Amino acid sequence: LLPASSFLCLGISITVWFTLLFVFIIMPAVLGVSFGIRSFYMRTLLKIFEWATLRMELGAKEKNQELYKPYTNGIIAKEPPSSLQQEIQELRGSANSLRSEPEFEMADIFYFCRRGVESIVDDEVTKRFSAQELKSWNLLTRSNYNFRHISLRLTVLWGLGILIRYGVLLPLRVTLAVTGICLLLVLTTLVAFLPNAELRSYLSEKVHLMCYRICVRALTAIITYHNRENKPKNGGICVANHTTPIDVIILANDGCYSLVGQVHGGLMGMVQRAMVKSSSHIWFERSEVKDRHLVAKRLGDHVADKTKQPILVFPEGTCINNTSVMMFKKGSFEIGCTVYPVAIKYDPRFGDAFWNSSKFGMVSYLLRMMSSWAIVCSVWYLPPMNREEGEDAVQFANRVKAAIAAQGGLVDLIWDGGLKRAKVKDVFKEEQQKLYSKVLVGDSEDQMEDKRSEDGTPEGDESSKDPAEGQ
Amino acid sequence: MGSSSSNMDHIPDAQHLMQETGFSAAHLVRLYERFDFLDKDDRGELRLDDFEAVSELAMNPIGDRIIRAFFSPGRETVDFPSFVRILAHFRPTDTNRTRNGRNGAQPEPANSRTNKLKFAFQLYDQDRDGKISREELLQVLRAMLEMQVTEEQLQSIAERAIQEADLDLDDTISFDEFKKSLEKVDIEHKMSIRFLE
Repeated sequence: LLPASSFLCLGISITVWFTLLFVFIIMPAVLGVSFGIRSFYMRTLLKIFEWATLRMELGAKEKNQELYKPYTNGIIAKEPPSSLQQEIQELRGSANSLRSEPEFEMADIFYFCRRGVESIVDDEVTKRFSAQELKSWNLLTRSNYNFRHISLRLTVLWGLGILIRYGVLLPLRVTLAVTGICLLLVLTTLVAFLPNAELRSYLSEKVHLMCYRICVRALTAIITYHNRENKPKNGGICVANHTTPIDVIILANDGCYSLVGQVHGGLMGMVQRAMVKSSSHIWFERSEVKDRHLVAKRLGDHVADKTKQPILVFPEGTCINNTSVMMFKKGSFEIGCTVYPVAIKYDPRFGDAFWNSSKFGMVSYLLRMMSSWAIVCSVWYLPPMNREEGEDAVQFANRVKAAIAAQGGLVDLIWDGGLKRAKVKDVFKEEQQKLYSKVLVGDSEDQMEDKRSEDGTPEGDESSKDPAEGQ
Repeated sequence: MGSSSSNMDHIPDAQHLMQETGFSAAHLVRLYERFDFLDKDDRGELRLDDFEAVSELAMNPIGDRIIRAFFSPGRETVDFPSFVRILAHFRPTDTNRTRNGRNGAQPEPANSRTNKLKFAFQLYDQDRDGKISREELLQVLRAMLEMQVTEEQLQSIAERAIQEADLDLDDTISFDEFKKSLEKVDIEHKMSIRFLE
C-alpha cells in the first residue's frame, strides 16, 4: 500500500509541476505575453539582499571590525590625465630651462617611473577580465567577501537560498532550456520543408522568437528594452558590447538577426545547422576566419540583400566584464552599411553574467548562470550611425564605441580585448617614445601633432581576427 | 578574486610592515588584494611574467627597469613584504614625522626625498656600483627614445647630460651629483602616488 501511494503522490506532483510549467512559462513564451512574475521576484529578492547586507554590517559592528567593501573607486587617486609633454615641462619647470634647445633632463625619468608604478598598483585593463565586485551581498557564495560576519539567521537564509536555487530553480531552468533547444531543432527543420519562401521566412521568424523566449525564461532573464524604435533593420549591421554568449539570446529575444560565427562541432554545430535551414546565418569554417577579404565579402553580400535580416556582430571579439567597452575591431565598420549600435548593461546583483573563459568552461558557466537568482539587464537601441565623409573605419568604430559606452554607463577604453591573452604590441611603446622625443627636439608645430596622436588611438593594427562573435 | 575574506590575517607580519612602510591597515589590505590579483597562479609571490601581464606597464619605455626594481638582486620572485616596501617609496612625503617620539637616529622612512632619489638613481645605475656611467645613461636614453633619434643624437644628448651633472669630472654621475642636479625639482610631488583611504 505504502509504495503505491508514494508513487501516486510522485505521479501527481510531477503532473502538477509540468502543468504549472506549461501554463505559466511555456504558453506565455509561445504567445509572447508575460504574467509579471519575474519582476515581482526581482523586487522581493532586492529587499532580501538589502536585509542581508544590513545584518552583516550589524554583525561586523558588534565585533568591532571592518566590513570588507570592494573599492570601486580604485586604490590610488589618479591625477587628471595630462599629456606627456605637459608633465615633463612641469618636472623641468621647477629646474628652470629657458634654453633654445630643449634637452634631456635627468628628472625626466620620474615621469615614466611614476606612471609605471601607478599601473602596477592599479591599471585599467587587467581588472576588466575578471568579474565585477558587488557592494552588497546577494546570498551567493561566489560573491561573498565577508564570511566571518555571517550570523545564524543569515546562514539559514543562505541555506534556504541554496535549496531554492539548486533544488527548484536549476531543474526548472534545465528543463526549459532543453525544451527550448529541442523545439528549435525540430521546428526549424520542419519549417525548412515548406515550399513557399515567404511563408517560410515568416514562420521561421516566429519559431526563432518563440524558442529564444523560452531560453530567456530558462535563464530567468529579466530584460528591459529601451528605445525600440531604433531596432536594427534589414540591410544593416547591429553591433553590441560583449559580456557573455548569452548576449545573443538577450538580443534575439526581441528581434531576428543573422548570426556570425565559427562553425562548431557537437551540439552547437547541430543547432547551427538547424538554424541555417530556415534563415540565413553566416558560419565560417575555422580556416576561413583568417581570410579578411572573404569575411568582408560574405558580410557585404548579406547586407546588400535587403530581404535578409540584420547581422549581429560583437566587435570587441572577446568577453569583457561589463564595466567597460574595449577596442572595436574595424572589420564590420569597413563594409559601408548602416550600423545599429546596441548597449547591453547587466545588473550584477542577481548573478554576474560575465563569462571568464580562463576560469570556467562553457558548461560550468551555464550551470552557474542557471543557479544564480536571475540575469537582469537593460538593452538600449541607439540611433543608427553611418560612416561620415573623411572618416576612416577606425574612427567610425571609435565613434560607435563611444556612443555605446556613454549609453550603458561603461568606461570607454582604447585597449584591445585581445590583451586578455596576448601581450601588448610594441607599437604602443613606440608611441610613448615618439611623444618623448618630441619633447626633446620638438617645437610648436610638433605640439599640435602631439595632441592629435594622444587623442587618437594607438591602434592595434591588422589583427587577423574577424568581427565574428567572441567565444 | 573575492572568494576569500580579505583581512589582516592573510598578511604576514602586518604590524611590522605598517610601522616600517607607513601604510595604514586599510592600505595594506588593498595592496594585498592587488598583489593577490597580480599573482595569477596563486603562488604567493610574483614573478616576472605576472608584472609583464600589466598592459600599461608593457607600454612604458622603462617598464622592464621598473619591474626589475622590485626584485632584490639575485632573487626571481617578489613576496608581499618586498612588494610593499618598494611601493612605500611612493607614498607622499610626511611633512611632520611624529611616528614614535623617540630621539636619536631612526632609519629614514622609505618615502623621504633622499630615498625617492635613490630609487630613481637605481633605475639608471643598473649594476649598482653607485655611479651612473656614460654607458648606463645611454642605455636609459635608448630605452626612452629608441628609433626616434639617431645614434649620434643619443651620444650628444648623453654627453651634454653628463657635462651638466658631473661636477668632479670623473665622467660618471655619483649619487651626490645626481642629487645636486635635481635639487630644484619637486620630487616629493612628482614621485608620489596618492593612496586613497
